[in-house]
Amino acid sequence: MRIQVDSEKCQGHNRCYALAPELFDVDDYGNAMVIGDGSVPPELEERARLAAANCPEFAITISD
Amino acid sequence: MTGYQTPTSIYGPVTDWATDFDHADPQYNRHAHAIWAELRDKCPVAHSDRYGGTWLPVTHEYVREIAYDTENFTSRAVVVSTVVPEDPAPIGGAPPITSDPPFHHEARRLVLPPFSPKKIAEWEPEIRKLCNELLDKMEAQAKGGLTVDAAIQYAQHIPVNVIARMLGFPLEDDDLFREFVHDILENINGDPEDRMRAFERIDAYLLAQIDDHVENPRDDLTGYLLEVDLFGEKLPKEMVGGFILLLLVAGIDTTWSAIGSSLWHLATHADDRHRLANDPSLMTTAIEEFLRVYAPVTMARLVAQDHDFHGCPMKKDEWVLLPFPAANLDPAEVPDADKVLIDRQENRHGAFGLGIHRCLGSNLARLELRVAVEEFVKRFPDFELAHGEEGVVWSVGQIRGPRALPVRVLTA
Repeated sequence: MRIQVDSEKCQGHNRCYALAPELFDVDDYGNAMVIGDGSVPPELEERARLAAANCPEFAITISD
Repeated sequence: MTGYQTPTSIYGPVTDWATDFDHADPQYNRHAHAIWAELRDKCPVAHSDRYGGTWLPVTHEYVREIAYDTENFTSRAVVVSTVVPEDPAPIGGAPPITSDPPFHHEARRLVLPPFSPKKIAEWEPEIRKLCNELLDKMEAQAKGGLTVDAAIQYAQHIPVNVIARMLGFPLEDDDLFREFVHDILENINGDPEDRMRAFERIDAYLLAQIDDHVENPRDDLTGYLLEVDLFGEKLPKEMVGGFILLLLVAGIDTTWSAIGSSLWHLATHADDRHRLANDPSLMTTAIEEFLRVYAPVTMARLVAQDHDFHGCPMKKDEWVLLPFPAANLDPAEVPDADKVLIDRQENRHGAFGLGIHRCLGSNLARLELRVAVEEFVKRFPDFELAHGEEGVVWSVGQIRGPRALPVRVLTA
């Protein structure tokens, strides 16, 4: 599984960072980015799905 | 005991919510959920001639569409009232909330860093301490068998105190700040001249505080605004005042309302109260669910130019309300939208707005809300309304929450 944050869509709601800080980080402006290359270890896949499902701006995409 | 005065309206009572609604009618916030549900089936964009013409879309789809459309809808005025501010786009009187692109982006970048998640997290111990000081006083009263007020004695003090500290304003002026908020956000359908006078009073206060910071520079948010550069220059003093107006006003009764509504829910739903007391790990999802269902903020826009919005003939300078709480309750968007599920895992709510104007203070508001509810239920695991719904006073206007919330603390 891989995750991506669309920086054009992200408005800094900070839901992903709160739900999955192992996968997402935020910059000084509160905008989200993926940690590393965006690949998700199997044990964090559920968290990644939750982060995507809680983003009000639909800024997170998940691909296999 | 409440001291709460419902503002005097120049309009009469509402006759029909679809064609003559008034969000400053005391019945509106009290019955908001039922009104939105009815309008969603009936309209779903209501119109009223009040305030020079106001539209009210209540579906998630429409609220979202307008929030994203900065061409047809300007943010230069965001509080529906009998007075349309003269401050022109794209800056407006309280940037960046009143700003449009492209200025908005630059103004927002100035104030995002002090409100980023990591900066805000530093405030947690102080917020927890403040909550406990308030609870100490309430506990003494509750032990004597007296009723306590979760809005007046608790919720209303938390955001005021925190923002005053952040801005470096005198903490003892907290009553004054609540008056400012009342004047701006609740006294919206009164005499326009009174409203102008209220704004002059606020401007004068802010200017005096700014001058004091110029003479006695210190490390706080006001000092920060006096130092930052925008387009290579320091901000003019009036613009510093505009930024501060936003920071002071926008964070106070919004968060106070969110805390109050969450405690209202727990006071009126014994099952959720007991579940949360027995399993504090539910707090994170519970807070998000309270934010979804009781989202305190309805934003507003002005129509930028005549245009047709899904068959609604919108005219330039008419108001459009953006009821994010109504969008959050739309069954077309949210499964079991009308049910409050404190363990809801997937919660894509827009309590803090959608699009470029996402609430600047959302990280602070979430922190204050979570800590305030955590500490309250830790201290008072069981409580109920002391005088039923009759004892609860709801705010009027775009910010929805209890202004008086008398509760009886129950002992095991």
